[in-house]
Formats: sequence, structure tokens, C-alpha cells
Amino acid sequence: MPSVIARSSRHSPLPGFGLSLGITIFWLSAIVLIPLSAVFLKSTTDGWDAFWAAAGSPRALASYRLTFGAALLAAAVNCVFGLLVAWVLVRYSFPFKRLFGALVDLPFALPTAVAGIALTALYADTGMIGKVLAPLGLPVAYKPAGVVVALVFIGLPFIVRTVEPVLAEVSSEMEEAALTLGASRWQTFWRVILPTILPALATGFALAFARGAGEYGSVIFIAGNMPFQSEIAPLLIITQLEEYDYAGAAAIATVMLAVSFAMLLVLNLLQHWQRRRRS
Amino acid sequence: MGTRSTLREPPLVKALLMAAAFAYIALMLLLPLWAVMSEAFRAGAKAWAAAVSEPDARAAIKLTVLVAAIAVPLNTIFGVAAAWAISKFQFGGKAVLIAFIELPFSVSPVVSGLVWVLLFGAQGWFGTWLIDRDIQIIFALPGLVLATVFVTFPFVARQLIPLMTAQGRADEEAALTLGASGWQTFWHVTLPNIRFGLLYGVLLCNARAMGEFGAVSVVSGHIRGETNTMPLHVEVLYNEYNFVAAFAVASLLTLLALVTLALKSALEWRYRAALAART
Repeated sequence: MPSVIARSSRHSPLPGFGLSLGITIFWLSAIVLIPLSAVFLKSTTDGWDAFWAAAGSPRALASYRLTFGAALLAAAVNCVFGLLVAWVLVRYSFPFKRLFGALVDLPFALPTAVAGIALTALYADTGMIGKVLAPLGLPVAYKPAGVVVALVFIGLPFIVRTVEPVLAEVSSEMEEAALTLGASRWQTFWRVILPTILPALATGFALAFARGAGEYGSVIFIAGNMPFQSEIAPLLIITQLEEYDYAGAAAIATVMLAVSFAMLLVLNLLQHWQRRRRS
Repeated sequence: MGTRSTLREPPLVKALLMAAAFAYIALMLLLPLWAVMSEAFRAGAKAWAAAVSEPDARAAIKLTVLVAAIAVPLNTIFGVAAAWAISKFQFGGKAVLIAFIELPFSVSPVVSGLVWVLLFGAQGWFGTWLIDRDIQIIFALPGLVLATVFVTFPFVARQLIPLMTAQGRADEEAALTLGASGWQTFWHVTLPNIRFGLLYGVLLCNARAMGEFGAVSVVSGHIRGETNTMPLHVEVLYNEYNFVAAFAVASLLTLLALVTLALKSALEWRYRAALAART
């Protein structure tokens, strides 16, 4: 490999190839690759049986169900409402549109702990929204539903920001053609617009899901953190660490990382699909 | 635009869609913002001022700024180096390198903190070696910096790679032909070309560095006045049922998020072309 790199770098007359690539590879290895490999190595230090016992314990399984289930549900909710927000942003003009658009990125910018305590204040039984929901028999805070609410908050910008540019590109000729051929506005949406933006919507869904599955800060305040009921997997990792069960924590982290890598693969396939659609 | 009028939804549908989008944004985004501010000032401006100026809060603010002041420049240097290598030269394995650089975005913050405990914690790989030499990384500043560097790793690089790839290397080649040295070319040609993209990346990197919760929570040890960053201080106060103080410190972080959003939007509106290759 080094010889290949050295030879091909000659195509560029610019200096600094060795230095910049050296810094990149050193920093990437020191900060990301070596530390992440420590997780895999640590998780099996006590053997595979111990790994499965930790990663597959009933408590861990319950936490995966909640973590991934809530992340899926939240991403699905955001697919509907994120598409709605993107639609309104792309297609309509109204006062303060720029402000509205900028606000969509708030979950990216707001520290997750702040989001967590703010949502808890709103959805607790005494909070503004909790006060309305609790008498209806729909308690949110300190219940699994609270996890979903937090992840819906965190995930919104992923869907809006991936769908927005593609929705803006849907050509009016295509819509006109559908209309001329006698399609109703609703049919045009279902048969023409939705298929066009589907890859982008799926990408946004995958991004929101991946972010939600790993989320910690906004969730732990509003979830009850009860083992088997409202305990997310990242929290279980911290609990194991506090009990000095490093191998157990690493085993659960390995499962989380495996899902992250699978999502990266899915995202790459989706991007491929999207590029083929757009060209 | 006239031809598009036939492509619009009936006014009533349009009004309903807009109302639904506004309601969703108000419910999911504006209400939590309002909740932070109203809770922060619930006991009046004096209590707010006292909460953000007491010694532990001041120590948390200082630590947050310090951690960001170390982590952000490190990742900025890395980001520029990585973008220089990837955008200005041809070599094999680029796609894999970029995927690795973006990897920290798909890793749970808790796992991002865990990796450092597995390496440098008391029972970690280098644990006894570090203890023998009386070097503390976990539950101290170095651990907080490492965790923060991990989670903010991709921000600057992912901003610059597409931008610099789109800009090509004609400008730099011209400067070199005219007799400029490599560094002169970088400072006087490349840097001015990428300054808004760089600023954008640094802005997002800084916001995440100051607001990070999950990763630093794992390595901090939550020592009041010593290893608590602002988001961790919020958590400690909240868990002590000191809600007014927790929301007061949270309101500072909210302010940081709003300023970041405002600057980010201003950059997007003013310099859309200079950021064009952003996605």
C-alpha cells in the first residue's frame, strides 16, 4: 500500500501529502480506531460464554427492545411529521420562514441534557403537557413513552434535512404530466412525489434511528430508568461500569456498535440507491 | 410560477398542512425552549444570577470552555489535514478513510466515553501502568478532553472534504507556479477559499463540544467543582432536586445553542455559494 500511495501522489504537484495524510491516519487511529477496537477485545476477555451471558442477559435484552423499539417508533413518527415540515418549508412561502427553517436544527444544537430536563418538565404529571395527558391515562414521563418523546425531539432534523433538498428537486414537469394524465393531487403525491423522495426519506429514517438508538442525555431524565421496563442500553452500559464490570459493559457496547456498523452499511446502500434515482 | 398554480393543493389543504407543521414545531421545539427559560427564572432573576455565579457553576463554566478550547483546535487541525489529503491528492481507499472519519457520528456517546475507561480506567489496559506513575486520565481533565475529541471528531473534516474537493486544486497549482511555497499557498490561497466552510465546521464542533453529555458523563466521575462540565453540573443539580439552579445553568447552554443556530443560519444565508459543496 505505501508504494501505491507514494506513486499516485505524484499526480499532484501540491506539497504536503505525506504530512497531511500522516496527521490524518495518526489522529484517526489514536482517537477512533484503536479505542474502538478496545471495546471488541475487552468484551471477550472472559471468553465467549461470558460475552453471551452479559450481552444476552434478560436485562440486556429488555434494554435492547426498549432502545431499538423506541428509536424505530420515533423515527417513524418523524417520517410523517418531518416530511410535513419539509413540505411546508419547500413548497409554501410565509412570514418568518427563515426563522422557522433555522429552528428545525435546534435539536442538533441544544445540549441533550438540556433537552432532557426540558422535556421532563413538560411531560411530568405536573408539567404543561403531562397535566393534559395524565388524566387521559397516558402518562409519558418516567415511562417507555417518555423515551419515544425524547427520541422524536432528537430525530426531527435528520428527516427534514435529508428530505428537503430532494423534495425541492422534484420537477414540476413531472407533476404537471401526472396532472395532465388525469391524476388527482393526492394520486400525484402517492404515485409521483413520494416514490421520488422515498430514498431520501429512508436515509433520514436510518439516520434518525441510528442517532436515537445511541442517545443518552435526553432520555435518562425523562425515562424512569427502571431495569426491564424503562432502562435503555446506553444506561445499562454505565450501570455495568459503575459496578466495575468492564467486560459486561464492553459486551453490551459491542452489540450497540454492531448495530451502528449495520446502520452505516444500510446508509451506504441507501445513498447508492438515491444517487441512482437522481441520475 | 403561474403554471404551478394548477399544481398547488386546494387552499384548505394548504392551510391545514401549514397549521399542522406549525403546531408540531411549536409543540416539539418551541415549548421545550420556553420550558427551560420559564423554569430558569421561576424564582426570579436574582435566584438565576446566584445559580449561575456560585463557585461550582463558575468552575463548570470554566471547565467547559477549557475542554472545548483544547478539543476544538485539535479537531480543526485534523479536519484541515484530512481534507487537504483527501481533496488534493489521488490515492486508494479514500471512501473507506472517509467512512472511518465519520464513524464517531454513529457511535453512542456512552460508548464514546466507555472506550477511554477501557483503555485508561483503573481496570483498563493501561490502568495499573498509569496508577504506578500517578497519572490520572479518567475522572480528570485528559479524559474529558479525549471523550470530547472523539464525539466531535468528524465535524470540521466532513465540512471541508466536499468543499475542497469541489474547489479542486487549480488555485493552489497557480500559486505554486508563481513561486509561492507550500505554506504560503495554504495560508494565502487555500485558507481564504475555505474560510466560511471552516468557520461553519468549527461552530458546529464547538457547540457539540460544549454541550456533550453522554461521553463526558462516563469519564468525569461527577466531582463537583472539579470534573463537572456545564451539562454534567445541570444533571447533578437536577438530581439533587435543585431545579431552579439546574434550569438556570441549562439556560446558559440554551443561549449557546441559540447563538450557534443564529450564526450558522447567517453563514448559510450570506455565504451559500461558499458553503455550496456542503452536502
